[in-house]
Amino acid sequence: MNVIEVENLHKRYKDQVAVDDVSFEVRAGEIFGILGPNGSGKTTTVECVSGLRIPDRGVIRVAGIDPVRERDALRRVLGVQLQSATLPEKMKVGEALDLYASFYPEPADWRELLERVGLGAKRDSMVGKISGGQRQRLSVALALVGKPRITVLDELTTGLDPQARRDTWELVEQVRDSGVTVVLVTHFMEEAQRLCDRMALIDTGRIVATDTPAGLIERVGGGKRMRFRPSAPVDDAVLLALPEVTGVTRDGGQVVVTGTGDLAVAVTLALTGLKIVPGDLHVEETTLDDAFVALTGRKSA
Amino acid sequence: MKKILLVETRLLLRDWAAILFALLLPVLLVVGLGQIPDLRKSDPNFGGERFVDAQLPAQMILLALLTVSFTMLPNVMATYREQGVLRRMSTTPVHPSRLLGAQLLISLCYAAFGAAAVIFTAWLVLGSAIPAQFFGFVLVFLLGSAAMLALGLVIASIAPNAKTAPTIGTAVMFPLMFLAGMWVPREVMPDALRTASDYSVVGPFINAMRDTWAGDWPELSHLAVMTAGLALFSALAVKLFRWE
Repeated sequence: MNVIEVENLHKRYKDQVAVDDVSFEVRAGEIFGILGPNGSGKTTTVECVSGLRIPDRGVIRVAGIDPVRERDALRRVLGVQLQSATLPEKMKVGEALDLYASFYPEPADWRELLERVGLGAKRDSMVGKISGGQRQRLSVALALVGKPRITVLDELTTGLDPQARRDTWELVEQVRDSGVTVVLVTHFMEEAQRLCDRMALIDTGRIVATDTPAGLIERVGGGKRMRFRPSAPVDDAVLLALPEVTGVTRDGGQVVVTGTGDLAVAVTLALTGLKIVPGDLHVEETTLDDAFVALTGRKSA
Repeated sequence: MKKILLVETRLLLRDWAAILFALLLPVLLVVGLGQIPDLRKSDPNFGGERFVDAQLPAQMILLALLTVSFTMLPNVMATYREQGVLRRMSTTPVHPSRLLGAQLLISLCYAAFGAAAVIFTAWLVLGSAIPAQFFGFVLVFLLGSAAMLALGLVIASIAPNAKTAPTIGTAVMFPLMFLAGMWVPREVMPDALRTASDYSVVGPFINAMRDTWAGDWPELSHLAVMTAGLALFSALAVKLFRWE
């Protein structure tokens, strides 16, 4: 079941086209990524979905609701975490949630929510005094306090240190597992690959591809490559006989094997059968980053 | 709305040093100007009253009100807009007017607190009277304050960012102080200037306050100008208001 449907969305600012004929669907219960470099039209797209901007053309439905005409109804099913939105610095964490809970007819229990995002101990801290990661957690909690069916999280981990980023990723997975559909806007390939069930790759206002992370990688060949230094000479034919292997080359004393599927496992098992140990083993996979470069013809952020 | 009021009041009180400081000036001026002997003599310009009797407290109440309207209110709103506080709020079902209403109400209380401090200080230190027509005074104060605060919201709406809001506010504030007769008493203003003062909202505000001090009900024409000002400024504020 689709909870968000976007068809032929267009939006331009003055003389610049921000979103150019964008269409995609988001299914209930998934983490859907909108992935692309800065300035590619990601934020404009979700702002249109959130009813904060009026599209020039196109149809948007969020749980069957038209974001432009039925703003109030939309606000009740959609929780939004925005990139460029903050709270007053001297507001306390608990106050902020209490206040935002009061905006909704049937809010979540904000104290419990605070515990869930790991900010229980920060309830009486001022918003200006907590760390960047904690602020993002608070922001997620604010997006969830109205018990929405869908939540939009825009550039959630930008500017966070690696640990805080990982913690935030876990939180996003928890949100999805609690039954809320998540639309995740990001320019981090690693984040998208780790979190998203499906994603739309967007570049200069256009959708390049919509697929699962694995599907996107598959589209650009999806090849794997492993390199190792064998403990005893190994015949190419032995390796080429494996169904996973597509090619074998030599690079000095190293053997470079390319292929698909569970390449590393297959090759390692075959070598073990010959009592050969693959030393200095490296396995390289095509990443989403590679897929992005291949699909858009440019470097990612 | 109750919760917004509560939280916004708490936020304001967390900056209590700044808010007290803003009200300190009018109170200190009451005490300071009250020490000038000439101002404590009966003055034919004011129909034999002393300057400190009604003119001084009325003008200091205006000063407190203008400070709140053109410094504090636009500053808070412009900062909220710049930081995206308003944008964040616009993603929830709450109607924007709730925040606006809460801010107006808090500012009104703040200005009323300033007025009370001025009246009390003038009474305590200078033996000035308390407005004899007290209900009339309250009516005039509320009407004039609402009009000025609405104008403050207009400034908050047109200011591009939090830095320019107080600048524009001050630029509006000083001509109004002049028109109110804070430097040159209205009684000795040239005719053209006095006419401008009569239509400036602050002129009628001062006059009507002095009338209530003397025990009279405010003149209808004064109330009319203030009401017109309130209608005009609040319509403008609503029209110009934007979330980001």
